[in-house]
Amino acid sequence: MAYSDKVIEHYENPRNVGTLDKEDPNVGTGLVGAPACGDVMRLQLKISDDGLIEDARFKTFGCGSAIASSSLVTEWVKGKTVDQAMTISNKDVARELALPPVKIHCSVLAEDAIKAAIEDFKKKRAARQTKAS
Amino acid sequence: MVKLPIYMDYHATTPMDPRVLEAMLPYLREDFGNAASRNHVFGWKAEAAVKKARQQVAELIGASEQEIVFTSGATESDNLAIKGVIEFYKSKGDHIITLKTEHKAILDTCKRLERVRQERLDELKLLRLAQLAGQDVTDDNQAELLAKYDVDADETYRKWAELPTGGARVTYLDVEPDGRVSLEKLAAAMTPKTVLVSIMFANNEIGVVQPIAEIGALCRSKGVLFHCDAVQGIGKVPFDVEAMKVDLASITSHKMYGPKGIGALYVRRKPRVRIAPIIDGGGHERGMRSGTLNVAAIVGFGVAAEIARKELPEESARLLRLREKLRKGLTDALDMTTLNGSLEHRLPGNLNISFAHAEGESLMMGIKDVAVSSGSACTSASLEPSYVLRALGVDEELAHSSIRFGLGRFTTEEEVDYVVKLVVEKVRKLRDMSPLYEMAKEGIDLKSIEWTAH
Repeated sequence: MAYSDKVIEHYENPRNVGTLDKEDPNVGTGLVGAPACGDVMRLQLKISDDGLIEDARFKTFGCGSAIASSSLVTEWVKGKTVDQAMTISNKDVARELALPPVKIHCSVLAEDAIKAAIEDFKKKRAARQTKAS
Repeated sequence: MVKLPIYMDYHATTPMDPRVLEAMLPYLREDFGNAASRNHVFGWKAEAAVKKARQQVAELIGASEQEIVFTSGATESDNLAIKGVIEFYKSKGDHIITLKTEHKAILDTCKRLERVRQERLDELKLLRLAQLAGQDVTDDNQAELLAKYDVDADETYRKWAELPTGGARVTYLDVEPDGRVSLEKLAAAMTPKTVLVSIMFANNEIGVVQPIAEIGALCRSKGVLFHCDAVQGIGKVPFDVEAMKVDLASITSHKMYGPKGIGALYVRRKPRVRIAPIIDGGGHERGMRSGTLNVAAIVGFGVAAEIARKELPEESARLLRLREKLRKGLTDALDMTTLNGSLEHRLPGNLNISFAHAEGESLMMGIKDVAVSSGSACTSASLEPSYVLRALGVDEELAHSSIRFGLGRFTTEEEVDYVVKLVVEKVRKLRDMSPLYEMAKEGIDLKSIEWTAH
């Protein structure tokens, strides 16, 4: 199966690979997928108190399309508000990377990773507020 | 400088040996005759060429030329052996024993025969139900009548169900963790209805070589026919139908540097093994496989077989040395690698290895100038990794992280060195971006995490 040029470009030069401190109250971590299925994506977002995504890092175990999908969304979410990031859909990712039907699940995983990371951040914030009050 | 791309997928297919192509050319040009034409020189030439090739192929496996039936390849040979035996020996029994790690040509043939039997039983059941109920069975009353009459317990139906169905019942044996069959388990699976055991010589994914002589002896002692899909091992490891007591063997030319589209089924003459044909027609190949012979391909197959026989000792020693260089180069440089399948009982040119936490398809993309294959099935809709590795009990993640390297006649040491360096570099790169590798390094048990399977 041939990969699109954009998938190859992201695979060869992945953006924002790395790890943020998951203990940081402003970092939300989303870990989605399963090793048994052949792909696991971890997306970490550093979100300011007023809801702006300041930084994004990923690590992915998976095929080239999974790596490219994660790399792409780290670029997309940076500088966006949490609400804006929540509107990114797997269809946007699949279209941008020209993913074939068998690779659509990679883009779904990327969307799930954004949602899971934001969810984690919100949970942390809620816990902090409960503690403070 | 090493020439790219590098071919390291010799289990998939092999390039033709130049000597094979040379031998074939006249039969694609002036010597185009039909080997079945008995009345002129064109036919005689073709017939003589086929006879010579038949001897060459027979000699490679210790058979006589009358025992070689040319087919279109191993898939056809496997189909012919299994369907042919089941049909011919249907009054004797209908039970087949095979392995979960067999090639799809075996497994899917067996599955079809199981379906044929099931459909026949379903038909008989409805016939008997109508008798018991004393009325016609229709779509509307079928469920109600089945609830009322226990056909499965009915003696007449049970008697009918033991009659030949045209299909088969099949036992798919598990293999041991090293990929080999247990002879005790094989013996225990045999029933008075067992007519055929079909076990491969060497596995196409993991290169594990089965104890063929022991299996042959066991089958012979139980009066069960033994078919061996010998495609992957022939020409790489010695194979002898007499010493190993094999009754039927599938071979193909393109895995041993011959042309594609030609193969053979070995069918034993003493004691005589019979098969019903699956292709009817002019009665070629002693009635077992009709169809005009592909003379040029057969000539190529014959030459390939002769080269394989003559060069086997030297070539297999060379391949073993290169394979070990590849294996050691990779496992010395990288941590968390596992070899899939037995090291001892293995084809010299095969290496199947899992690089934990680096996904196989992704690794293949990283080493795009090297042709290998992966147990990861990320491209298939099912997302199921290799069934062979799963049958060995290999963890699904590790199955997704497996790479099969196949070395062959034209693999050079320079290529092996290049591949070691490239694979090590790319595995490291992928692990650097793998959350699983990071977690494993931190000592987190990946099994303890609740993953969101999708």
